[in-house]
Amino acid sequence: MVDKSIIGKTGKPFTMPIEWGKVREFARAIRDPNPVYFDPELAKKECGGVPIPVTFLQTSAFWQTAESTPPLDMFDMRRILHGEQEFEFFKPILVGDTLTGLARVSDIYEKEGGRGGKMTFLAVEAIYTNQRNERVARARFVLLETGQAVGG
Amino acid sequence: MVSKLKFEAIKVGDAIPTIKIENVARPDFVRYAGASGDFVPLHYDQTFVEAAGIPTVFAQGMWTAGCLSRCLTEFAGAGQVRLFKVRFARQVWPGDTLTCRGTVTAKSEVGGEKVVDGDMEVVNQKGETTVKGSFRVAAA
Repeated sequence: MVDKSIIGKTGKPFTMPIEWGKVREFARAIRDPNPVYFDPELAKKECGGVPIPVTFLQTSAFWQTAESTPPLDMFDMRRILHGEQEFEFFKPILVGDTLTGLARVSDIYEKEGGRGGKMTFLAVEAIYTNQRNERVARARFVLLETGQAVGG
Repeated sequence: MVSKLKFEAIKVGDAIPTIKIENVARPDFVRYAGASGDFVPLHYDQTFVEAAGIPTVFAQGMWTAGCLSRCLTEFAGAGQVRLFKVRFARQVWPGDTLTCRGTVTAKSEVGGEKVVDGDMEVVNQKGETTVKGSFRVAAA
């Protein structure tokens, strides 16, 4: 049985500095040759600064502490899968910005699955604000734990 | 920041740029682990995955999603994406070749901004969908 009482639980705010070194490393990792990530002069002309790759904010999840992260330790690492991911952007996010994120458990539920047996789903939503206290983005992800290993 | 996408020139049903990812390989997952901080061992530790009953390491879902997001920045420019929403349908394995693609489904104006919506997906060399989703980008 899943613990429904954690729905609505909010973590401690966490900091997400937007650094050029990490942005270009990320761009290379997704094989993105777009020069705006690698040439700050060009990026300044085209975008007002070095922008972030669309999915970059998800990396903040791996730097959150136990207090800022909803209870992921309930999952078995051998059977964890990423189910869904969503980003909504309200304002530009550029290298040099310092974002503050606030994560909240938006849902937890169980479902009978096909290949993976009984599955537990955890949905988490995070709101990001910048150093000017502007709301810049919202992220939402769903993680799931399968009842058995899924071998493709 | 101005979108390079011309609102008037776009029609519902138009294809967005296709990105082909040839020969997915283990170093992609290791590089993404370092870049993103996602060190879930399913993506690089062969001993760990075999013990878990899985034949080989597989891609971080967000690596594949990142590859897909390139269609949108190519389409409208970096910083022009307003909504990016994906579901992970199937794992991506070493040796796969991926095609990232999408189609325009709607055009509208939201809060004084011209926007273009669409569906997008990543398919592997067998034609199976691995990631599926929808998007909204700004247009000029």
